[in-house]
Amino acid sequence: MATKTYIEAIREGMRDEMARDERVIVMGEDVGVKGGVFKATEGLHKEFGEMRVIDTPLAESAIVGVAIGAAINGLLPIAEIQFQDFIMPAVDQIISEAAKIRYRSNNDFHVPMVVRAPFGGGVHGALYHSQSMEAMFCHIPGLKVVVPSTPHDAKGLLRAAIRDPDPVLYFEHKRAYRLIKGEVPEGDYVEPIGKARVVSEGSDIAIFTYGLMTHFCADAAEKLGADGFSCEVVDLRTLRPLDRAQIVASARKCGKVLVVQEANLAVSIASEVAAIVAEDCFEYLDAPVMRLGGPEIPGVPFSPPLEEFYMLTPAKIETELRKLAAY
Amino acid sequence: MAVTVTMPQLGESVTEGTIQAWLKQPGDPVEIYESIAEVNTDKVNAEIPSPVAGTMGEHLVPEGTVVPVGGEICRIEGAEVEVAATHPATATTAGESPSVTADSFSAEGIPAALAPEPVPVAAAASSSQESSAAAPQGADGLHLTPAVRMLAREHAVDLTQITGSGINGRITKKDVLEYVQRRDTAQPAGGVAARRAEAAAAQAAPPAGAAATPATPAPVRQPAPPPAVPVSQGAGDTLVALTPMRRAIAEHMSRSVLTSPHAWTMVEVDMTRVARARARAREEFKRRHGVDLTFLPFVAKAVIAALRRHPSLNATWTDDGVLLRNDVNLGLAVALEDGLVVPVLKGADRLSMAGLALAAQDLSDRARAGRLRIEDVEGGTFTLNNAGALGTVMSQAIINQPQAAILVMDAIVKRPVVVEGDAIAVRSMMNLCISFDHRINDGLPAARFLHSVKETLEAVDDSTELW
Repeated sequence: MATKTYIEAIREGMRDEMARDERVIVMGEDVGVKGGVFKATEGLHKEFGEMRVIDTPLAESAIVGVAIGAAINGLLPIAEIQFQDFIMPAVDQIISEAAKIRYRSNNDFHVPMVVRAPFGGGVHGALYHSQSMEAMFCHIPGLKVVVPSTPHDAKGLLRAAIRDPDPVLYFEHKRAYRLIKGEVPEGDYVEPIGKARVVSEGSDIAIFTYGLMTHFCADAAEKLGADGFSCEVVDLRTLRPLDRAQIVASARKCGKVLVVQEANLAVSIASEVAAIVAEDCFEYLDAPVMRLGGPEIPGVPFSPPLEEFYMLTPAKIETELRKLAAY
Repeated sequence: MAVTVTMPQLGESVTEGTIQAWLKQPGDPVEIYESIAEVNTDKVNAEIPSPVAGTMGEHLVPEGTVVPVGGEICRIEGAEVEVAATHPATATTAGESPSVTADSFSAEGIPAALAPEPVPVAAAASSSQESSAAAPQGADGLHLTPAVRMLAREHAVDLTQITGSGINGRITKKDVLEYVQRRDTAQPAGGVAARRAEAAAAQAAPPAGAAATPATPAPVRQPAPPPAVPVSQGAGDTLVALTPMRRAIAEHMSRSVLTSPHAWTMVEVDMTRVARARARAREEFKRRHGVDLTFLPFVAKAVIAALRRHPSLNATWTDDGVLLRNDVNLGLAVALEDGLVVPVLKGADRLSMAGLALAAQDLSDRARAGRLRIEDVEGGTFTLNNAGALGTVMSQAIINQPQAAILVMDAIVKRPVVVEGDAIAVRSMMNLCISFDHRINDGLPAARFLHSVKETLEAVDDSTELW
C-alpha cells in the first residue's frame, strides 16, 4: 500500500470514479484549468476534459443548482464549494431542493450528487475561511453528511458518496489536506456511509469525534494510556446518519464519554451524540457526559494568539480526559 | 387541561397491575378521588381514584391489560382544578411515593433524577476547596452513578466495602469491577447467587424507624431474585407461565430464607378443652355472630396474649437494634388455589374472641374473593398459619419478612396420650410449630412463647370469654 496525503486520496477518489463511470463530473470555482485552490482536482481537467471538469462562475447557488439538475437527469456530479464558509448561497438549493426531491416526487426523482467542501480552522483563514458548519446540514432529513479523517477513509467514503443515490455532503478538513498522511489501498474499495470506525479500543473513556480532531484525540488518548487509562477513540466518519449502534456500544463499554469537535457546541454533533448516550446508555454511565468544542463566538479569530486560543489541541483534549478519568 | 393518569404504586414491591374493569367510560363526568378503574395486582385488588375532576377521556389501555407502575392508563379531559396535591397512589397507600421506582437504591435515598448536577467534573480542575463544595455526594454522602448502581446490583456488592478512587472519594465503575474481581478471586466457588440475594434482601429490609416516620418512606426496591439454574425443556414438559403472585411469592420466600437464619421448634398442645368449649358454644356463637366458631380465634387469642408477654417475638430486626412493635397486627395466612396471601388483622390485641373470629372470617372471605385492599396486606407484625385446616401435622413455615417469627397450628388429631396418674387417654392433640429469626430470638424466648400459648389453650374452660 502506498502512503498518501489526505488531499491526494480525495483527488484519487474522484479520478478513479471518473475513470470507472463516465457519468461522474466535477464542477466548481477554478476546479478545471487551475485544479482547485487547494489543488484537489489537479490533473482531472487534463485527463477528462472540459466537458467533465467544469469551471463555474463564482455563484455557489448556481454550482449546486446545476449539479442538482444534472443529477436528476442522470449524471453523477461532484460540486465543489471552495470553502464551506461560502456554501451559504447554495443552502437553499441543498435544503429546499436536493434534500427534498425524492420525498416530494414520491420517489420519481432523486439527486445522486456530492457536494465537497473544505472546512475547519487552524490555517490562519480567519472568519470566512475557517468555519465548521456541518451541524447545520445534519439537522436536515434527506441529506447525508460525511467527514473523513484519514486518507484511507477520504477515498473510500468519497467513492461511497459518489455512488450513493442521494445527496451527500462531503466535508474535508482543510488543515488535514497535507498534514495527514496514511496508507491507501490499491483497487476499488468503498467505506460504507453510516459506519463509525473504532480508531483504538479502550475500556475507561469513550471519545467520539470526527475530522481532524480524530488525530488530536488519538494523541491525547495515547498520553492517558501511558498513565493506565485506556480510551476508546471512535471516529464517527458519517455525521448523518450517525452510527448509533457503535456510539451506544462504546459508551456502554466505557461508562465515561467525551465528545470532541472543532465546532462550537450549541446544537451540534456533540449535542446529538450526548443525547444518544443519555437515551440509550443511562444505566451504564459512570460520569456525566462531557463535550469539548470551540467557544461560542461568531468566528475563528484572525489574530494568531486568538486563533490558537480558539482551536482545540491534543493538550486541551488531554486536560478534559484527565478530568473525566479522575471523576 | 387534560391530565394523564398513571398506574399507581399499589403497595410495597408491587410492580404492575391489571386493569380489571373501567368504572368510567370516555365522556363520563369524573369527580376528584372518584374511582375510575378497578385494578388487581399480585397482592390486592384496588380502585384507582381520579387525581382531578373532569371528564373521562381516552382509555389508553383496554381492560385486562397488565400495566407497569407508572404506566399511562387514561386521560381525563377538561380538568378544572389543579392536579390533586396527592398523587393517586398516595390516596390509596400513604407513605409510598410513586416517583420512586421499584429499581431505586435504598442506599442512595434519593432518586437518580435528583442527584446533584454534573458540575463536579468542571470543579475538579478548580481548587480543592471549590471541588469539595461541589462534591458529588448524595444525601447520605454516597453519590452513585448509574453504572455503579447497575454493577453493584449485578454483582451483589456492598458498596460500603469499597473505597472510592474518584473525585472526593466517589466510587467509580472501575472501583466496583476491581472489587468484584478481588472478591471473586478470593472466593472462586459459587456463592454469587447467594450473595446477590443476600445483598438484595439486605437492601429490602426496612430501615429502623421507617414505620415511625411515614413522611419519609424508604424507597421501595425490588430485589433481584437468585438466578435460576439453567434448565432445558424436554418433550412433553409444560411451561406454566408465572403469575405476578407466583413471582412475588418466589421472590419473598427466597429473600426471607436468605435474610433470616430460620430456627424451628415445636410443642404439642392438648386441645381437648378447647374442642369441648368450642362444641358447647358453637351453635350459640353462630346465632349471635353469624360465623362459625373455629379453632383459629382460640389460638389467635392465646398467641396475642403470649406476644404481649414475649414482645421480642412481635419484633423486627434492624441494623440499629431490634424494633419491638407496640401493636399486634396478626397476619393470617390464607391458602388460595393459585397461591397464598397473608391479610393482616390490624390491632388484633384489642379484639375479643368474637371480634377475632369475625375479622378473620372477613379477611379470609375477601382474600378468596380477591377483594383485599392494600391496607389489608400491610403492616403485619406476626403471622399465624392455620395449616391444620389442610390436614398437616408438622409444618416448617418461612418467616413473613420483616417479622420475627411465624407460627403454624397444625391439624388437631385424637391421639392416645399419657395423662396425669400415668393413665392413657384419648386427647385432641395439636402441634404448634414456630419458625423464628435466630438473629432476634434464641431458643429460650421462643420456647417460653410457645409454652405461654400452650398454657392458655390448655386452660380454656367455661369461664373463657367467647363473646
